[in-house]
Amino acid sequence: MHVRKNIPLILLVASVAAAALLITDPYILTMLIFIGIYAIATMGLNLLLGFAGQISLGHGAFFALGAYVSAILTTRFGAPCTAAAALAVALVCAIAWAVGLPCLRLKGHYLAMGTLAFGEIIHITLNAEVELTGGPSGIAGIPVLSLGPFSADSDARYFLIVWCVFIALFVLTRNIINSRPGRALQALHGSEQAAGAMGIDVAGMKLTVFVLSAAYAALAGVLYVHFVAFVSPQAGDIMFSIKMVTMVVAGGMGHLWGGLLGAALLTVLPEMLSYFEDYDMLIYGGILLAMVMFMPGGLTQGLARLSGALRARRTAVRPGAVTGGRTEDPVPRRTAQ
Amino acid sequence: MSIESQIVQFLFTGIALGSIYAMVALGFNIIYNATGILNFAQGEFVMLGGLVMVWLSVTLGLPMPLAFAVTVAAVMAVGALFERLAIYPLKKPPVLILIIITLAGSIIFKGSAMLLWGKKTYSLPHFSSEQPIAVLGATILPQTFWIIGFLAAVVAALALFFNCTMLGKAMRACSFNPTAASLVGINVKRIVLLSFAVSAAIGAIAGIVFTPVVLMEYDRGTMLALKGFCAAVLGGLGNGAGAVVAGLLIGILESFGAGFISSAYKDAIALLVLLLVLVVRPGGLLSRGEASRLKDF
Repeated sequence: MHVRKNIPLILLVASVAAAALLITDPYILTMLIFIGIYAIATMGLNLLLGFAGQISLGHGAFFALGAYVSAILTTRFGAPCTAAAALAVALVCAIAWAVGLPCLRLKGHYLAMGTLAFGEIIHITLNAEVELTGGPSGIAGIPVLSLGPFSADSDARYFLIVWCVFIALFVLTRNIINSRPGRALQALHGSEQAAGAMGIDVAGMKLTVFVLSAAYAALAGVLYVHFVAFVSPQAGDIMFSIKMVTMVVAGGMGHLWGGLLGAALLTVLPEMLSYFEDYDMLIYGGILLAMVMFMPGGLTQGLARLSGALRARRTAVRPGAVTGGRTEDPVPRRTAQ
Repeated sequence: MSIESQIVQFLFTGIALGSIYAMVALGFNIIYNATGILNFAQGEFVMLGGLVMVWLSVTLGLPMPLAFAVTVAAVMAVGALFERLAIYPLKKPPVLILIIITLAGSIIFKGSAMLLWGKKTYSLPHFSSEQPIAVLGATILPQTFWIIGFLAAVVAALALFFNCTMLGKAMRACSFNPTAASLVGINVKRIVLLSFAVSAAIGAIAGIVFTPVVLMEYDRGTMLALKGFCAAVLGGLGNGAGAVVAGLLIGILESFGAGFISSAYKDAIALLVLLLVLVVRPGGLLSRGEASRLKDF
């Protein structure tokens, strides 16, 4: 079968298994858990932004809503975690559908502003509904994920759960992209008119992918809230939505691995730079600007270019080589791998 | 306070707020008309205007009119620089990229302002006396009249500029058809630069006159941009008169909403209006059908 095609995925599975067994340092585990959580959210946003070409500046709100619904259900109503998580994701899907239905008729700037306004409304509501959400001070004491007798009470177990979810979603997303609807989605990115002329239900497609990507964000929010055990409205502010967009853009819009790469980079970077707190907006803005201006394909494409160039050089140096190494397409291709 | 005087009070507060939104909306429109770009950093120009003015007139102690002029010039320079560094180098970028660029610009401005001024909230002395004036039982700050006056001045200046100067007419020509404009010898690239400078200047003026009433801090920009955008859309994107009317309308709506419904949700009111308008009539409520010509989004 496609063993070669699956090498990166197999490597990922192997390294997750190895990491679960070998890494005991709580700091590194925590960081890996956060990378996994953000990577899940980013993968969903990438589906929308990178593959379908629709921007959302309100995905932080879906993340926060997932987190809040799960937190409220478990702390206030004593619901079991799995039920709360499922309900949270379902509810966010419903909200995304209700928001997306009118908003996705909008394009470009309008869609960006519409989703930004939606995100801000959610942020305001989370702050204002003190009785339900705890207001600015948030909700604390959220129980850890558990299913029956199994409880994710150690970092190592939580790490495993998050990354298993990530891998499962990764395979799912890859299959979606390589399916007929997935290709329809990418056609939409190229030109909505052309896609419509080919018989693609443009509005329905956009709505479906919007809801799907909101579900990813909500799931990430649920995983986040049961790990951190605390949530405040800050989880849903504009800056977080922009950070998610930055992760997608930095990793590579329209590259499935891009989301993971961007999430990893922008989770590790703040940890490595002390005083990052003061400069975070400047750094995120700088990365965002530099990426779209100089490397629109993101890191994934940058790395592919680099390895392509190296390979080309290696073959060129070999005496007697008639054809040079395979060079990258001048036009950035959107592929699942 | 009687209900009548309360209404007068809210009306004046609303008009003052609305004047600011109208100015932000005008800024949006000028760039939009020249380039088809919606500048997400528009609100940051207002924030920068306020903070630079505080620095010049309070910290450095410059006289008010001089500080005013220097602030407007400085923010204009920032706007022009932003265009030269981030918009100019790109050839025919897709809308998605443009959105991300102005968004990145907006958080870079915000981040720089946070580094320069910190997270503190700054105040600026009122332009004239702070003694409220009694109007029909309501108490109105004189600064309110300054704000309304400045909106009138900005509108008059823009009307004069677009109708009576060669440069203004060139800008209008560009907004109708950039290709045709360049064929008659108009330097379109320079017009784009000018549009960023002019709209930054309007933002700065809004920030300067607004700060004495509501204070200013580094993260005000996004909300101002959203509400200004709301006004711009409500008035029909690109329509100057519509922007002013819609801006005032939203200000009044917000002020009454905060007074009579809930102050916690006052910011949400304009945003709900925005979502509603986007959904129901993206061409704007106040525009004539054909005037709501949407650029190629």
